[in-house]
Amino acid sequence: MLVLQAIIDGILVGGFYALMAGGLTLVFGVMDIVNFAQGILVVLGAYLSYALYSHLHIDPFLGLLITIPVMFGVGITVYWTMIKPIKRERVIMSLLTMFAVGTAVEGILDYIFTSNLVAIHTSYVNASVRLGSLVFPSIYLYAFVMSVLILGGVYYLLYRTRFGRSLRASMQNPTAARLVGINTDWVSAFTLGIGVGLAAAGGMVFGLTNSFDAASSYDLISRLLAIVILGGFGSLSGALVASILMLVIQDVVAVVWSPTWGQTTFYIVLVLVLLIRPQGLLGRKAVRAQ
Amino acid sequence: MTAIDVTPVGAAAPEHVPYEPPAAVRRGGTALVLVLLIVFPLLFSNPAVTSIGVFSMIFLVAACGWNIFSGYSGYISIGHAAYYGIGQYTVALLVLHLKVAAGWDTFTLLPVAGLIAAVLAVPIGFVLLRVRKHTFIILTVAVMFILQLLAFNLTSWTNGSGGLELPFPTWSGSFFNEPFYYIGLAAAVVACVVSWWVRRSKYGLGLLSIRDDEDRARGLGIRTTRTKLIAYALSAFFVGIAGGLYAPFVGSVYPQFGFDPNFDLAVAVLVFVGGIGTLSGPVIGTLLLIPLQQYFYLQFGNDNLFLIAYGVLFILILRLLPGGVAPAVTQLYRRVLVARRLRATEPPAPPGTPAAPGEAERKEGTP
Repeated sequence: MLVLQAIIDGILVGGFYALMAGGLTLVFGVMDIVNFAQGILVVLGAYLSYALYSHLHIDPFLGLLITIPVMFGVGITVYWTMIKPIKRERVIMSLLTMFAVGTAVEGILDYIFTSNLVAIHTSYVNASVRLGSLVFPSIYLYAFVMSVLILGGVYYLLYRTRFGRSLRASMQNPTAARLVGINTDWVSAFTLGIGVGLAAAGGMVFGLTNSFDAASSYDLISRLLAIVILGGFGSLSGALVASILMLVIQDVVAVVWSPTWGQTTFYIVLVLVLLIRPQGLLGRKAVRAQ
Repeated sequence: MTAIDVTPVGAAAPEHVPYEPPAAVRRGGTALVLVLLIVFPLLFSNPAVTSIGVFSMIFLVAACGWNIFSGYSGYISIGHAAYYGIGQYTVALLVLHLKVAAGWDTFTLLPVAGLIAAVLAVPIGFVLLRVRKHTFIILTVAVMFILQLLAFNLTSWTNGSGGLELPFPTWSGSFFNEPFYYIGLAAAVVACVVSWWVRRSKYGLGLLSIRDDEDRARGLGIRTTRTKLIAYALSAFFVGIAGGLYAPFVGSVYPQFGFDPNFDLAVAVLVFVGGIGTLSGPVIGTLLLIPLQQYFYLQFGNDNLFLIAYGVLFILILRLLPGGVAPAVTQLYRRVLVARRLRATEPPAPPGTPAAPGEAERKEGTP
């Protein structure tokens, strides 16, 4: 029963990890850049929700209507000012640039909010739903439903709209996409905006379920990168599968063995999977070699 | 990956303009830097300043070591803190279990720390080097975190998050930093010499060819796996030594400061700012940034402003000198030289004749 509980917990929490990791994997797929700042951007999203809740008493879920557009704007600004000017060695230069952006953002957050841990305490944070002998914290249920809705929206955007088609075209072959008249710059800018917007949504849930400070970003980014690698870079469904797998492994190991070994086990699984499938679970084989 | 500092063999350099400053300038510069580094603690004896010097030396060893693998092979590792941590724990555990006296005796453990890091790097590298590019980058981070979590969890060895305490040497406060500084400097010189040797050797050429095109290098008969693995172990050796120097200096070892994600990025940043894949890059980057970072930390550390300052500065450097400082300087030098040659060889054009077509060609050839 404990194991079943752990599995269901893992799936619920995995949903919102997929939000954050989805942003990362989309950005990578379209632009070939590793957004190393995703961790701190998630924390930024959490702080925005926290500030809205504690100063203006706006419910975090409602507050997403404000934080997501704001973070979307942040993403677009970062693209035009930081990423676009990079001319060569894009992979590593963009990684370092995003790291630099992340460092600056971390400093700003540290300065404004100090390094004391905070958490968003809404009335429903400690409530839970009972089903037989299983107990679900209701916040996880809300978060899971929200994650499914948002990820569904992103899916719709990717596979049912004109923008989605240009985005996927840019993902497959940027040069050819430009040749048929797609403005890949704006596609990239929007994609980074969406990625950062997803970080805002994920950050809100992160703020509701954890106490955090700016330094929480390091643990987050390492988990997110691991998820994205396991799922396969650029694959949204891969990110979903990998997040759920990661959280389930972690929770189950915590129950049957010891909580301290949960994350270690996940990383070991990651290394083993990559030995067999270097491109990740659902990743495409790298055709753009070198 | 674009080659940054490789002298192309086939490409005819216009008018044989050298790609590097003459040997005399390079040797003179190296000697000058070395002398400055040697006399530095004699000029500034303030412990706050010399401790910045010690941190610079630790990072210099690590940056030179990191560059041997990541700079020359093009495989960017953001997980070398794995070996930094292994070095720290090796020294700490040996000191505690063998009851090595603090001080000079501890320094004899440095090669052991390096060797253990290098030996452990062989199986780890063998697994990691099966993948390339982004996956490799992230896997290095993953391995670093596996080791960090092991350090947290294997409490019987490492005392987990409680960390290990090392005895401090009984040197007086005014002389405390100097031994660490000079040992660090010696290790850094060794690392630079090895880096120089790799750069000039046939083995190093194989490594550079892997950076430029791995599949083709393999086609030409380079044993790519072995070549990469040797460089990986070599760089782990020096990063392990850096860790072995850090642990007795700060007197404690903790999982999160041994296997430190900040260290990973810091080293990559240093080398990138200096010029990745060049011999002088790690030195320039470290001597430029570490003192600056420590200065920011001392100056603004109270209000956390140093992170903002450091981040902004880093963005500026990336924007203004995308290839790093060392390549920018060489390019500037070369551009000046080419311009001077062009002016010297240009016969004064008789008035009325249009510009010779040869001139345009020559200009195209300049970088």
